[in-house]
Amino acid sequence: MVNSGTEHTVKAFDSDINELRGMVAEIGGRSEQAIVKAMRALEKSDLELAEEVVREDKLIDELEKRIDELTFQTIALRAPMADDLRELIATFKISGVVERIGDYAKNIAKRVPLVTQTHHLGPISLLPSMSKIAGELVRDSLDAFARRDADLAMEVNRRDQIVDDFYNSIFRAVITHMIENPKDIGEAAHLLFIAKNLERIGDHATNVAEMVYFAATGEPMPERARGENPTTPLDEALSDGAD
Amino acid sequence: MNNDQTMKTSSESVNMTGPETTGMATDDGAPKMTARHVNVFYGDKQAINDVSIDVNMDSVTAFIGPSGCGKSTFLRCMNRMNDTIPIARVTGDIMLEGEDIYAPQMDVVQLRARVGMVFQKPNPFPKSIYDNIAYGPRIHGLATGKDELDNIVESSLQRAGLWGEVKDRLQDSGTALSGGQQQRLCIARAIAVDPEVILMDEPCSALDPIATAKIEELIHELRGKYAIVIVTHNMQQAARVSQKTAFFHLGTLVEYGETTDIFTNPREEKTRDYITGRYG
Repeated sequence: MVNSGTEHTVKAFDSDINELRGMVAEIGGRSEQAIVKAMRALEKSDLELAEEVVREDKLIDELEKRIDELTFQTIALRAPMADDLRELIATFKISGVVERIGDYAKNIAKRVPLVTQTHHLGPISLLPSMSKIAGELVRDSLDAFARRDADLAMEVNRRDQIVDDFYNSIFRAVITHMIENPKDIGEAAHLLFIAKNLERIGDHATNVAEMVYFAATGEPMPERARGENPTTPLDEALSDGAD
Repeated sequence: MNNDQTMKTSSESVNMTGPETTGMATDDGAPKMTARHVNVFYGDKQAINDVSIDVNMDSVTAFIGPSGCGKSTFLRCMNRMNDTIPIARVTGDIMLEGEDIYAPQMDVVQLRARVGMVFQKPNPFPKSIYDNIAYGPRIHGLATGKDELDNIVESSLQRAGLWGEVKDRLQDSGTALSGGQQQRLCIARAIAVDPEVILMDEPCSALDPIATAKIEELIHELRGKYAIVIVTHNMQQAARVSQKTAFFHLGTLVEYGETTDIFTNPREEKTRDYITGRYG
């Protein structure tokens, strides 16, 4: 059963749940903003903005803690059942995943001072489009949570493929650039990490989407809706199994 | 089994099989009781509407639902307790091991020995602990002598988890026990006549949490030996003790399924509203 929004007889339960929903929306919004700012800092070589992203990540960490505390409390005190229980479990997991998304944005921001020859690096031109889609996946996955929208959650998972395709293209372009311009290898490596961070952000958005689907329907998301992870020769060789 | 009539030397740790084996040990998983299209009327008022349900030996079945939903009424149909209410009328089929319990040749006293019942408020007889247990086996002729009766009393109290607490004062009055002990005494009394099914109508609602936990542990231990049906208002209790849960609403069976499914992902909106506290 999907949550129909009917109120609980015990109104305090609703206010706990609403407070949690508000905090999840906030942590999602902050993470999405962190991605946008980190990428703008990269494009403009804006070190101050990059520092702001690093600084503001603390707020995201703080929010995650508060969400986890309140979720824990609510489960202990209200003994939720059915969709309420699923929603709280999803909230608990989503807060952790979204906090990771914030960490990836912070990681991008930290690389900004290390990538200075932006105009010489051809592959960098793909990053804004890639980050735009990754950011949209984060936003849509959290919108899906706010609306209990299983269809939108499935849609997020399908669209993650686009982020993966971007990553594969950038990977090839960066390798080619490295071969042609050995002096840029250091900076190009950072670009590759940034692309990988964006690819991971997309994966985490799909994790959120899978939890939303479960919270909304009580069933795991069908396998076919899940995007395949990108594989590059390097990934296969390293096989870090980080998923 | 020991022959000591005082039974004081008997080891408590021995897992007694009981003097009267249930004969149900080789249960093949077929439903112990089946109800089909059951309707119950109190005069003109219909209290139960077309309920069909199976009760199995290997699972505890919980009936949940708001007050007046018919869960207790239905439970009482399962050993014909409703017979005692003149205006109550039952239609449909309720079978115990394939026998129609409402058939004219069914001996109701025998039926209630086979389908025992434990009530909300502990109701021990105003007699000794020993006689509370021995009463049923005596009237049903289950024991031929004092030794055999002693054995039944001891094994029933063992199974009900009460033996250790009362073995030295079997002649004390049953009503002198604490509420939780009285309830376990009532369960022991039901067990003493070797039932196949035990019906429990809110057995813990008058008990404190510790006595409640003991009854729940007892239910867990009795599972598999008897088919157990429990009516409870406490949904956490239903979730804790049962493997199957049936949700009743306005006299109909709304949803019946695995307890884990009912409490994590119910199919019906009414069930969802009730178990999540959105009812009414």
